[in-house]
Amino acid sequence: MKRRRDRDLVRAYVITGGRTRPSREMGLVTLLVARDAPLQGLAPEQRRVLGVCSRHGALSVAEIAAHLDLPPSVVTILAAGLMDSGHLAVPAPESDVPEIDVLKEVLRGLRELV
Amino acid sequence: MGSVNLSEADYLPGTVTRSVKLLVAGPFGVGKTTFVGSVSEIRPLRTEEPITEVSVGVDDLAGLPGKTSTTVAMDFGRRTFGGVALYLFGTPGQHRFLPMWDELARGALGALVLVDTRRLDHADEILSAVEKRGLSYAVAVNEFEGARRYPAGAIRQALDLAPATPLTFCDARDQTSSIRALIVLVEHLTAGAEMLA
Ligand SMILES: Nc1nc2c(ncn2[C@@H]2O[C@H](COP(=O)(O)OP(=O)(O)O)[C@@H](O)[C@H]2O)c(=O)[nH]1
Ligand SMILES: [Mg+2]
Repeated sequence: MKRRRDRDLVRAYVITGGRTRPSREMGLVTLLVARDAPLQGLAPEQRRVLGVCSRHGALSVAEIAAHLDLPPSVVTILAAGLMDSGHLAVPAPESDVPEIDVLKEVLRGLRELV
Repeated sequence: MGSVNLSEADYLPGTVTRSVKLLVAGPFGVGKTTFVGSVSEIRPLRTEEPITEVSVGVDDLAGLPGKTSTTVAMDFGRRTFGGVALYLFGTPGQHRFLPMWDELARGALGALVLVDTRRLDHADEILSAVEKRGLSYAVAVNEFEGARRYPAGAIRQALDLAPATPLTFCDARDQTSSIRALIVLVEHLTAGAEMLA
């Protein structure tokens, strides 16, 4: 058990190309959509991340991690690189919505359900 | 690691551009996973993060000091409201994962703390962990059948809740009941955000 977990850590290091920190600020609920960009030169693990992302609807970092069975920390690093290269983007809100309005939208939606 | 087949329903609608993260906290077996599943519009998912922890005390089976590797598993679910995706993360209940909460709490707007009246003492360290991270929270008593019912005042007192902290009751297996408990939390968060604005 212990050995296997250690291997997981090594594997995580290898598939991120040796990077141990993401190149941008990203969290578990950062939303990501795919962008049209050539796939040449991408590492297999980067392609896997892109493979579950869509141009039409976003997924969170946590969802990508769960679907690919990768640790969220690894997905964060891979996704940050894919944003740098223009393959992934954060969906752009029409206007900069303050947090209070986001909470109110959630509250309104929850109240409609009961 | 087979191929991943996602359907359209797994993706957020194109209109969603914002996300909110809330924690569902509580000791092991209190009903966090059940609660997340009741509210989620997707099949609840699970992430596993390998960590290296300094092993201490009771969790170290071998009784040897030093570092061991383990994974912190988290279940989470999602519910979309207009342009916002709400994500609910069940926190790992085990005592030894409490230090991992810094990472968990990062970006979270609040927490719903689930408690079981048969084991109220287990709630203490969870409440401390939530408070230590400065998270706003509400408490929901997950009412198991067969558990003795206590009046809210007695539970507040046992948990030493601040007067402003909301306390509610729910059945984590029931969607409507779980959503009502979430409403209590989000009302509290909204009121707090309004005071700051
Ligand atoms: N009777 C009853 N059982 C529940 C309730 N909520 C959860 N359970 C059961 O309690 C057990 C632990 O719940 P779970 O959601 O896995 O707890 P977690 O460890 O906090 O994630 C499961 O067998 C659930 O089916 C409830 O409201 N009433
Ligand atoms: Mg659970």
